[in-house]
Amino acid sequence: MGGRETDVVLLDENGIRSDGRKVNETRKVTIKVGVLKNADGSAYIEFGGNKILAGVFGPRDVHPKHMSNPDTGILRVRYHMEPFSVSERKNPAPSRREIEISKVLKEALEPAVILEKFPRTAIDVYLEVLQADGGTRCAALDAASVALADAGIPMRDMVCSCAAGKAADALILDVNNEEDQAGQADMPIGYMPNLGKITLLQLDGVLTTDEFKKCIELGLEGCKQVYEIQKNALREKYFSSGDNN
Amino acid sequence: MKKLESKKRYVLPGDFITTAPLRLQDNVVLEGKRVISTTIGLSDVSADSVRVISLNGIYMPKIDDLVIGTIQSIFGNSWFADINSCYQGMLLGQDVFGRGSYPTTSEMKERLDKGDIIFARIANSDRQREPLISIADKNLGKIDSGELIKIPPTKIPRLIGKHGSMIQTIEASTNATITVGQNGFIVVSCDETNGLLKALAAIRMIDEQAHLVDLTDKVKKMLEFNGV
Repeated sequence: MGGRETDVVLLDENGIRSDGRKVNETRKVTIKVGVLKNADGSAYIEFGGNKILAGVFGPRDVHPKHMSNPDTGILRVRYHMEPFSVSERKNPAPSRREIEISKVLKEALEPAVILEKFPRTAIDVYLEVLQADGGTRCAALDAASVALADAGIPMRDMVCSCAAGKAADALILDVNNEEDQAGQADMPIGYMPNLGKITLLQLDGVLTTDEFKKCIELGLEGCKQVYEIQKNALREKYFSSGDNN
Repeated sequence: MKKLESKKRYVLPGDFITTAPLRLQDNVVLEGKRVISTTIGLSDVSADSVRVISLNGIYMPKIDDLVIGTIQSIFGNSWFADINSCYQGMLLGQDVFGRGSYPTTSEMKERLDKGDIIFARIANSDRQREPLISIADKNLGKIDSGELIKIPPTKIPRLIGKHGSMIQTIEASTNATITVGQNGFIVVSCDETNGLLKALAAIRMIDEQAHLVDLTDKVKKMLEFNGV
């Protein structure tokens, strides 16, 4: 961010980005549902070079007890990066950045999950980043909502997420690691398409008002593409052997 | 029957079902004027109501449900039983020993100890307290023998079938007695090993293929095939 010097050409004269994508193209996304046997719900996502595992437990007893709420359930999210997820060893202790991402992801999921049905319980979401390549919070949010659906937790809608940003003075969809490092802006968006509500919006960098609006529009397009992939992943697990529909 | 089947549709959380002003039943919410599914399942729109038959999820206690539980602990004057939910079933000492009695822990242990399996009724369930269960009725109480198995509670209606057709089919062809708890715990008891294994296989099959049509026929075939 902030135009760090780099040898990589972020956008060539043909409008092709450093990894061969067009400006309005996302990376390849694949999602697998139900990959963990011991979790109530789970998902594995590959979002370009990002590889993330999500496991969901609950609703279950809250420990420590004082955290429980007699009116509603609580949602707890832990985002964690493995020491081997980046090129230089990352200290496995929760960093300031991981604590922040855990918090924003929790708040991005809360509008979707119907917690009021489960007073005095907790729903735990564990997100493990196995390999990071820029845009892990978006990919983690995508995996988390699929895992929540897999756990059978009632939700108003699934949250899908994709980043948009600005690099080499052009608005781009799905910012990768190089573009994040050397680009001008990165804006992760979480979105509930069926309800038309944005649940996560962060912006690192500088955009004009006009660019900001266009950036959101671009990001929402990406979110919708991811949403279809999320739904297909769930359909594959739950409906594939059926002939209904 | 076919007509009713055709109204069912696979839905995911957030999927739009209908705008008709129908009574909302399980697993749906109203967003504006649109009825939306909250879970993975089959949408079922009938003449006056709309619901989604969930394909996964945990058991939520409902009053008068019959459940199977395993005793987890004795605390004060009550037993606490695992009823396959996020809440523990609370069985009061008075329910077993009669009103106004104050049994000692050893007396309670003698009657029901840790790990014992009970067939109980949900006597009361609200948002404030742990669900109250009762074994004070005929047919209810401790289960002495049988194999305890667990299937997702959402698949119990499938195991029972329309008017109990599925369960009767299994019981008739295996001579097994199957006690079904609404919470997904099932106790199968049978004098013959073969019958027990067949009944267990049939239940596993229902668990795996709960979302498919013509399941009763498939189970019938499987039972006949194994029987020859």
